[in-house]
Amino acid sequence: MKKVFDNADEALDGLLKDGMFIAAGGFGLCGIPELLIDALVKSGVKDLTIASNNCGVDGFGLGKLLDTRQIRKMISSYVGENAEFMRQYLSGELELEFNPQGTLAERMRAGGCGIPGFFTKTGVGTVIAEGKDVKNFDGQDYILERGIVADLSIVKAWKADDTGNLVFRKTARNFNPPAAMCGKVCVVEVEEIVPRGSLDPDHIHLPGIYVHRIIQGQHEKRIEQRTTRKKETA
Amino acid sequence: MPWDRNQMAARAAEELEDGMYVNLGIGIPTLVANYVGDKDITLQSENGMLGMGPFPFEGEEDPDLINAGKQTITELARTSYFDSATSFGMIRGGKIAAAILGAMEVAENGDLANWMIPGKLVKGMGGAMDLVAGVGRVIVVMDHTNKAGESKVLRECTLPLTGRGVVDRIITNLGVLDVVPGGLKIVETADGVTEDELRAATEAKIVD
Repeated sequence: MKKVFDNADEALDGLLKDGMFIAAGGFGLCGIPELLIDALVKSGVKDLTIASNNCGVDGFGLGKLLDTRQIRKMISSYVGENAEFMRQYLSGELELEFNPQGTLAERMRAGGCGIPGFFTKTGVGTVIAEGKDVKNFDGQDYILERGIVADLSIVKAWKADDTGNLVFRKTARNFNPPAAMCGKVCVVEVEEIVPRGSLDPDHIHLPGIYVHRIIQGQHEKRIEQRTTRKKETA
Repeated sequence: MPWDRNQMAARAAEELEDGMYVNLGIGIPTLVANYVGDKDITLQSENGMLGMGPFPFEGEEDPDLINAGKQTITELARTSYFDSATSFGMIRGGKIAAAILGAMEVAENGDLANWMIPGKLVKGMGGAMDLVAGVGRVIVVMDHTNKAGESKVLRECTLPLTGRGVVDRIITNLGVLDVVPGGLKIVETADGVTEDELRAATEAKIVD
């Protein structure tokens, strides 16, 4: 079965419907699926629920889908790097569910692994625990969190072969593997599709079984906080 | 004289021992990295990296290499990368020896509040709740009082909690306190700060 598509529009063709649930990879603006986000904007699909650690910045990343009012609800651990997000949230146009970062990652991983719920000590005794089942194991309280299964995963990797085996680069890996795992359908954008056999099978970060469609393209890879040090002069 | 930011960071660095894997929060905790000296410390960045290096030289920034504060950083010879689920697996699993974090409030029972002020802009807890629940030892570094001069070391936290009973040690501009059964125990005072001054600035119960 052919997994490689010519562009993001074609890769998403037939997969989108209003009100759907999307899991997106990325941390801040690092390792985000830029091309697939652009294609979602173009498609006009709306009332989206998106699970993503962050929601981009004004005019870039998932922030673009805020500008076009295509997002109904975000499931995130940290937001507010964009004024438009806060405006929509405070005016009640946008729903927000905070998840602790590790809980969000594990919810995605678990959902992809057939685990509908798991117990964690993260958030015990905080607002995060409200309404959740508590169970004591060996003298310690844990809360029940649900696995996430998304209608669609959108993910960015560094390299793929045509079977969908993926390699990520540095900290751009972040939420991409768990996000990929939890989608009923997973679409991946990469910087380079390499010939089958050219990736070392021992160095595959995510096996192609999780990947259904692949595109290759150019990425802007915007830096959110450019921080440097001065070269010491002798 | 109370300690300044750098002196607090230097004092916090004394908490770290050879061989430790450590997570440093944003703000004063980030400065702790400047004071580890010859100790063999591996810094974790919860977005998926062990062995965090210093900021890059100008022109050498890599958009694929950032820390949890989204700042560009560098890798070291010992560096490894992994996904977010694995990263919080090692945090939740107690593999990270210590986290050094900032705080808005700490209570005498070790309750910590550092993510939300009701009525103000709430950006989210990020990885803070996972860190305080999971790591071996939680060390808070913060000013002892707020801008209004009110104690941040309290009987009970007034703000929504990040974790319940999670703090082990508090390092402030006035000194060092440990969370022990029944309250807080003074470990030391900053140079030139008396124990009476430290007690006066502390709302929490201090036990001997």
